[in-house]
This record gives sequence, C-alpha cells and structure tokens, in this order.
Amino acid sequence: MVDQETPLLEIRDLSVNFRVYGGVLRVLDRINFHVLQGERVGLVGETGCGKTTTMKTILQVLPTPPAEVPQGEIWFQGQDVMTMSQRELVNMRGQGISMIFQDPTAALNPVFTVGQQLTAVIRYASPENRNLNNAQLRERALEALRQVALADPERLLDSYPIQLSGGMRQRVCIGMALSTRPGLLIADEPGTALDVTIQDQVLRLLQDLVEQQGNSFILITHTLGIVRQMTDRVYVMYAGNMVEVAPTQRLFTNPLHPYTQGLMDAVPRLTGGGISEGIPGRIPDYMNPPAGCRFSGRCPHAMPVCNREKPPVFQVQGPADESHAVACFLYDEPHKVSNYKAELQPV
Amino acid sequence: MSDDIILRVENLRKHFIVGRKGLIKREPVTVKAVDGVSFNVRRGETFGIVGESGSGKSTIAYITMGMYLPTSGTITFNGRDLFGQGDRRPLDLRKEVQIVFQDPGSSLNPRRTIRQILELPLSIHQPEKDRLTEIIRLLELVDLPPEFMHKYPRQLSGGERQIVAIARALATNPSLVILDEPTSALDVSVQGKVLNLLIRLQRELNLTYMFITHDLSVMRNLASRVAIMYLGRVAEVAEAVHFFESPQHPYTQMLLSSIPVLTEAEEALRPAQIRSTGEIPSPVDLPSGCSFHTRCPQVMDHCRHIDPLMVPIDVTGSDHIVRCHLFEQANGQVSS
Repeated sequence: MVDQETPLLEIRDLSVNFRVYGGVLRVLDRINFHVLQGERVGLVGETGCGKTTTMKTILQVLPTPPAEVPQGEIWFQGQDVMTMSQRELVNMRGQGISMIFQDPTAALNPVFTVGQQLTAVIRYASPENRNLNNAQLRERALEALRQVALADPERLLDSYPIQLSGGMRQRVCIGMALSTRPGLLIADEPGTALDVTIQDQVLRLLQDLVEQQGNSFILITHTLGIVRQMTDRVYVMYAGNMVEVAPTQRLFTNPLHPYTQGLMDAVPRLTGGGISEGIPGRIPDYMNPPAGCRFSGRCPHAMPVCNREKPPVFQVQGPADESHAVACFLYDEPHKVSNYKAELQPV
Repeated sequence: MSDDIILRVENLRKHFIVGRKGLIKREPVTVKAVDGVSFNVRRGETFGIVGESGSGKSTIAYITMGMYLPTSGTITFNGRDLFGQGDRRPLDLRKEVQIVFQDPGSSLNPRRTIRQILELPLSIHQPEKDRLTEIIRLLELVDLPPEFMHKYPRQLSGGERQIVAIARALATNPSLVILDEPTSALDVSVQGKVLNLLIRLQRELNLTYMFITHDLSVMRNLASRVAIMYLGRVAEVAEAVHFFESPQHPYTQMLLSSIPVLTEAEEALRPAQIRSTGEIPSPVDLPSGCSFHTRCPQVMDHCRHIDPLMVPIDVTGSDHIVRCHLFEQANGQVSS
C-alpha cells in the first residue's frame, strides 16, 4: 500500500554539474523528486535528459570529479545521503536500494557463474548475511532464482551468463536485485535490450514481484507505453529539468507541459492515423543552457517570459485531489490557457 | 499483373556455417538465418518486414543488397535475376537497390565530410554529372541546408545523420530502397521527422520501400503490406490494415498483445487473450515441425512434426497468407 505520509526517498533542489575540458556541463538543474513508501514511480525522458544521472546521484556512484553537486539534498529513509559514511552508503546500496540495468549482458560478470555472483550479492547485502554458510547462501540464491520463474535453478547456479538467453539474464538480474530485499528497487530501462515478446514477459514478472513484495519502485524509461502499464505516478524530464509530474492515468489523459504533449503526440499509434512530425529542434547544449525554460527553443507556445526566466512549478488541482504539477508559464495565472478548467496555485 | 511486381523473392535460403561438430565427419553446424522465404514487393508500395532479433529480416535485406549470396532460391528485380552473375552484380542493377542502415553513427565514415560521403556513390554511378550541383540537389531534396556538406557526421544530431544516410541512398537514383530499422536508434521526438521525410520522398520520387523494423506501431502507420517473420520463416503476410485488425497467426497475435500502448483505443486492438510465454529457440537448433510450436498457445500434436505450408485465407477478402496448421485444416488441405 502507498503510504501518503512519509517519503522513502526525497530529492530537493538537486543540481549536478560535470566539469569537462572546455567548461561546465549543467546536467541536472534543481530537480525535485520523491517516492513514497510502496509507490511505483516512473521517470520518463529522452536520451541525455539526465534520468540515469539522477539515479546515479541517489546511489552516490557518480565519479567525482568530473561530476559535482553544487546544491541539493537527498534523503533516504530519513537519512541524509550526502553526508553518509562509506559504510552507511554500502549498506544503503545493499539493503536499501537495488538497481536493475538496461543491458543484462553488461551487468553480469562473464567470468563468474550466476551462483557465484548471486551469493556474493546476498552475502554482502547486510552484516548478518556475512555469517551465513555456503549451504544457506546457496539456498537463498535458489530462492531468488525460483521467484523470477526460472526453470531448473540448480543447474542455472552453475551456468555462466553466456549460456543464458537475454531474457533469462535479465531475470537473473531481477532475482539478484530482489535477493537483498531492498526497500527501493530502481529499474533503468529493464526491457529495452530485449525482444518485444520477451520484454512483455520480463516486465510482467517485475510488476508481479513488486506488487507481491511491496517494494517502492522507480522505473526509468523512454517508452511511454511501459510507464503507463507499470506505474502509479510519473515524472517527465527534459534536459535536466523535471517538467511535469502527475498520477499516471491523469498524465496520459491530460498532459499539460508542451514537451509532454509533443512526446505523446510523437509516438505512432497502433490504431493508425499517420506519423506526427515530432518535436522540431534538438536538446539544448548543457554547457550554455538557455537562461529561461530549457524547452523554450522547441516549444510551440513559447512566450517572451520563457526565454528570460526559469518557470517555477505550478500545482494544478484537477478532479479529486490528484496532485499534478507542471513547470511551465502557460499555467501561470496571467498566461493561463483557456482550454484547461483547473484551479491554479503557484507554489 | 506481373509487371507491377518490382521484387520477387522465391524460396530464399541463407544458411551460415558457424562451426563443425563430430570428430571424423566434421559435419557443419549451420544457422538457418533465412529458410525458405517467398514474397513479392509491388512497385510503389512500402513492404514491411517485422520480426524479433534473429528472425532473419536483416539477412533478407543484405542478400537483396548483394552483401551475401543466397544459399538457394532466387530474387528477381524487374524480371532480372539479381544473382545471375554471382556476386558480380552489374552496375546498373546495383544503382537500383540501395539501403539505409539502422545506426547512422556507424554507417557514416566519421573522418569524411558529408560532401565526401555523398560524392562516392555519385562518382561511381553518375560520373558524367557535376558532383557539386548534385550534392546540393540531394541536400535540398532531404531538407538540409547546402552548407552541411562541409560538416563531419559528429557535428550533426542523430536525426540529421540518418537524413544524410538517406540522401546517400538516393544519390544513385534507385527505385527500391531498403530501410533497415531506420529510426530505432533515434528518439521518438526525432523519429517522426525522419519518417515523414521518407513518406514525402517516396511520393515525389516514386520509390518502393522494403521497410524492416521491430516497431509494430511504426509499421501500422507506414506500410501498405506487412510480412511477419519468426526464426527465418514468414509466418503471415497481409495488407497492413488487416494485419493489425484481424491478425491470424498465433505468433502475430502474441506479438501484438506484447506491445506497450498509450491509449484505450489501442488496448482494445490488442488480442488480450494471448500472453507471451516461452523463450525464442536458438536458430542453430530449430524445433522440428512448426518452429513456433514451443510457444504457441494453440499447439496441436502434428505441429510438432510437420512444417506448415503457406496458405491463403479468405477472412479479410484480400491477399492474406498464413503459415499455420490451424488454417490448413480450415481450407481442407493437408501438407505432406
């Protein structure tokens, strides 16, 4: 169940820069993000918008330098991640947060068996696990493989990743991620490297497991359809900014930010209707991002104010009390668009 | 009606030898990448080929291009055998069939300017023309400014690079263009621009497209007819509209039900009763009989032993061919 009160993970005003030869790349620009206990959250955006950088910052695995965090806070289970000691970070990554990566082939080490990798993960997940003997570890590893519906787990433990198909490897990765019983599971494009029928199986499995175990879940993807299937609430990211957040159903029926609208419009439909032109232009240069809204150069509704100022986040009160927020001047009172009958409350 | 067929593929096979087994006989281990594929591409249409990785769709493209010789079978282009002279394809036939690859990052030489990239096909196929004016004409054709010719591929965005690759394919003035996953390396907001350019070029230049993709939603909006492939064989061929509204082959239904969609209307179109199960078998060790029987929800006993034939069915009132025992029975045919 979703606990409305306590955020499990909260990011406040986080910025991340990369110092490279020739300047500073301002990749994340004051983003806010939270995940409640038991909530399934989607993070959508196109290549290079900062989705993965956000997750790496949470896990504190960004190489610094070149990365630096000039401002912002990250709170996980009531603890400040930025001030954690190395030992606390290791425990957070083991028991607190697990991650599933896009390419299972790269995520598994080719020279160790599945069993060796899986037991190592379990052993170092928590201090008490370090006292488990080999038989107990093996039992835990078998259990992890059984829950991801892999046939013949005994034999699998002694196989090398190369002996498995792509779908099986991703199942192993899911089993591995869940074997530490994490409070938060992050999946970064978990189906993208797989064929569509296999992706469907893997995502269904992931969805069932998250539901069973009640983990909080962050799904990072650029495929809107997958987010629609698997999450409760969605954040839309563009060029290092969070541009919109809404409950999933609501975002898909009533997208507000021009970028979200453009993105949804650009996806070809199975029902036909032709191919939309997409969004003109390209993502801005992170070295010299626009002073105002980072989308203004491509936005069909851009106004003079958009080039000058960074839009604040406007809370849009829709039907019921679903919280829908959008960072766009169109939803500021003086520029309010007429076709949306909502109460607008600048925050 | 034979003259409106531009490309006729008959019983095409391509087997790759990937190793040898046995101590004495050293029998070859083969991957049957394409195993008995037949279809026709009509002049001016967009013929879609869909399939998952390893289904042989790109192999068909590469054979058509002449990058591989087929193991057996024929491809005729405008009535001429593409492999009549082995791999020495005459220049006038080469210019007719061109290809756009999936990833423009690797299909464009990073050390050549756009001008040099476009010059090469021109110098081979149209040596008599003035190259500079031709390059400017090509860039204009694809809506790129002429000054782009001095740039290197890395200075362009992914979408622009793919547009350059399209311009290069058009440099020889082809009549058939093979598009091998032209937009799968691109973001969805950029994909539309490239696809719409392809649609416009087809209309203006009377091009025929062989469009290969794994994205069924793109296929729905672009193709006039669609062939679906599974493990080197064609499972179903139909007009795009029928293909999506009344898919017949169990594999087509499984594929359609696996696509993540955005709207309720699309969800209604998916055959919900079919859930994807099982693994895709290895192409080295194909299942006997129908290669889909290991995953098919409607598998019957003889599916495991007998390979189904391509049978025309009359559900939709147009050309609709399915390779499945379910429909052989309906038509009263028995395969041997």
